[in-house]
Amino acid sequence: MNLLAALLSALRALGTNWLRSVLTMLGIIIGVAAVITMIAIGGGAQQRIEEQMKSLGTNIMLVLPGAVTSSGVRLGAQTGQTLTEEDARAIAVDVPEVQAVAPSLRTGAQVVAANANWSTTVMGTTADYMEVRDWPLASGRSFDEVEVAGSAKVAVIGLTVAQQLFGDADPIDQMIRVRKLPLQVVGVLSRKGQNSMGQDQDDIIVVPISTFRNRVQGMSAGRIKRVGAITVKVREGQSMQEAEAKIRELLRQRHRLQAGAEDDFSIRNLTEMLEAQEESSRVMAMLLAAVAGVSLVVGGIGIMNIMLVSVTERTREIGLRMAVGARSRDILGQFLIEAVTLSLVGGAIGIVIGMAATWAIGSFAGWQVLLSGNSILLAVGFSAAVGVFFGFYPARRAAALLPIQALRHE
Amino acid sequence: MALIEARALVKSYRMGDQVVQALNDVSLDIDEGEFVAIMGASGSGKSTLMNIIGCLDRPTAGTLRLAGEEVEGLSGDALAAIRNRRIGFVFQQFNLLPRTSAVDNVELPMVYAGIKPAERRRRALQALERVGLGQRALHTPAELSGGQQQRVAIARALVNSPKLILADEPTGALDTQTSEDIMQLLTELNLQGMTIVMVTHETDIAQWARRRIVFRDGRIVEDRLQPPRTAAAAATA
Repeated sequence: MNLLAALLSALRALGTNWLRSVLTMLGIIIGVAAVITMIAIGGGAQQRIEEQMKSLGTNIMLVLPGAVTSSGVRLGAQTGQTLTEEDARAIAVDVPEVQAVAPSLRTGAQVVAANANWSTTVMGTTADYMEVRDWPLASGRSFDEVEVAGSAKVAVIGLTVAQQLFGDADPIDQMIRVRKLPLQVVGVLSRKGQNSMGQDQDDIIVVPISTFRNRVQGMSAGRIKRVGAITVKVREGQSMQEAEAKIRELLRQRHRLQAGAEDDFSIRNLTEMLEAQEESSRVMAMLLAAVAGVSLVVGGIGIMNIMLVSVTERTREIGLRMAVGARSRDILGQFLIEAVTLSLVGGAIGIVIGMAATWAIGSFAGWQVLLSGNSILLAVGFSAAVGVFFGFYPARRAAALLPIQALRHE
Repeated sequence: MALIEARALVKSYRMGDQVVQALNDVSLDIDEGEFVAIMGASGSGKSTLMNIIGCLDRPTAGTLRLAGEEVEGLSGDALAAIRNRRIGFVFQQFNLLPRTSAVDNVELPMVYAGIKPAERRRRALQALERVGLGQRALHTPAELSGGQQQRVAIARALVNSPKLILADEPTGALDTQTSEDIMQLLTELNLQGMTIVMVTHETDIAQWARRRIVFRDGRIVEDRLQPPRTAAAAATA
């Protein structure tokens, strides 16, 4: 019997009791649909993380001030003000691996433009910040070093801010007010999207750090210019670890820390954070895939159960087939093909449902999903394997029947 | 050389702590072209003999040769091949595959003989023609009368051109008139050269055969030739 004919006769045998066949397939259907959906969601999450990595830059480090101990009470990270603009400059000059450095300060503020207002983050930094973050402008220009030195009243705004304040109008050369300080918009940043924490990175106003210090925050123009963070971009091809070690060494020297003393700053590698996140999302996806795998196994057991019932029900048919010349392997093949057909048809239905579910999750829940051809191949392979594995025992039982016993079966 | 040579066949079953002798030292020769009726009460061993001759069952002791070939010691696959090519079976309950057309049912032995689909279809239709069911080829068993179903079963038995047809109570599930028709068909096949061995417990069905063997308690108690009843005789009866 050739394969096509066997397949057709298997389909016919299953079609004669189609409700039972569909119910039997349910386990496989759910399992395959779950595998496809889970892999698509996991793939989407991974893709999003990869995009974030790209948007953050994989060669960026963040130097943050350390915790402050005030009368024995430790106040947690970033409460100290141990980092200065001079530190930033020293890193840029003394660490050869470093390509660019941008110190920054930030605060939340209400912004007003003509008749719109918006609460956003205002950040003061240097002209190098856009280079450090690989963040080109969508239109206009950035501020230059002269403006940074002269506390110029200029601002570069993120896309979200531009939309909130100006709608579709061109924001370039428009005036905005931050805490009563009028600023001229000179540039609009391109879209950066969400960061790994889900914050909108485009919801920001960037001003020269001197403007921020002197006019936005109104700090006393002290001798020491403290900063909230220093973003460091390491040159392409240079080791992050090495750069980090050198920065640490430099800052310890500058801060005159004793050999045993703790750092009064911390260095964060954004890539590492993302990798940790990626790892956790991968573990999550694997857990879900394991659940889906369990449901495939349960589906397989369902198939085995029904095939055993079918062998019992059709014992006389098996006897007749043997009487007219079927060999054991013909009977084995027949029932094996029925089991595989059952699981493959179930797998096909599962793939359709899985794709539909993936699409629904993508469009209604707004999750990023990534449907891969591999996951479909995997599902097909898995369901065929389930069919062979769980179909083999019932098929062998059928093939091992003695002709006369099968024929005489009541 | 006889078509069937059975020598000292014994078949015993164990039922609990009791051993039942279904066949007790049965020796028998059946030549090609014979039409044999095997009679006896139920449990007399006639069906057991039939199953052993049909290679569906193996004897406990004794030997069986089919067309000179020793059957004992053959593998399951070899027995399947013998059933497939040399023997056609006709059963009391027809044993057709349900929800499967007559022609597909008739094709079944050829499927296992490895014959190509087009050739299968041609020969199956030919066989149906031969049993007078050429017009019903696409009907399923549920759409056919008992007599028609048995004709389909006979066509299935014929289709691989075996030497021997084994009929186990072929009229057991049919009314008298239909039984006559089926016996008429078997007689025609016998006249065309087919060897037919038929198990029955009905005397008037056994009368169609030319040789009658009677079983009792696993032994042959009577084996004689008889003038076969004919269709003409049936018509006047």
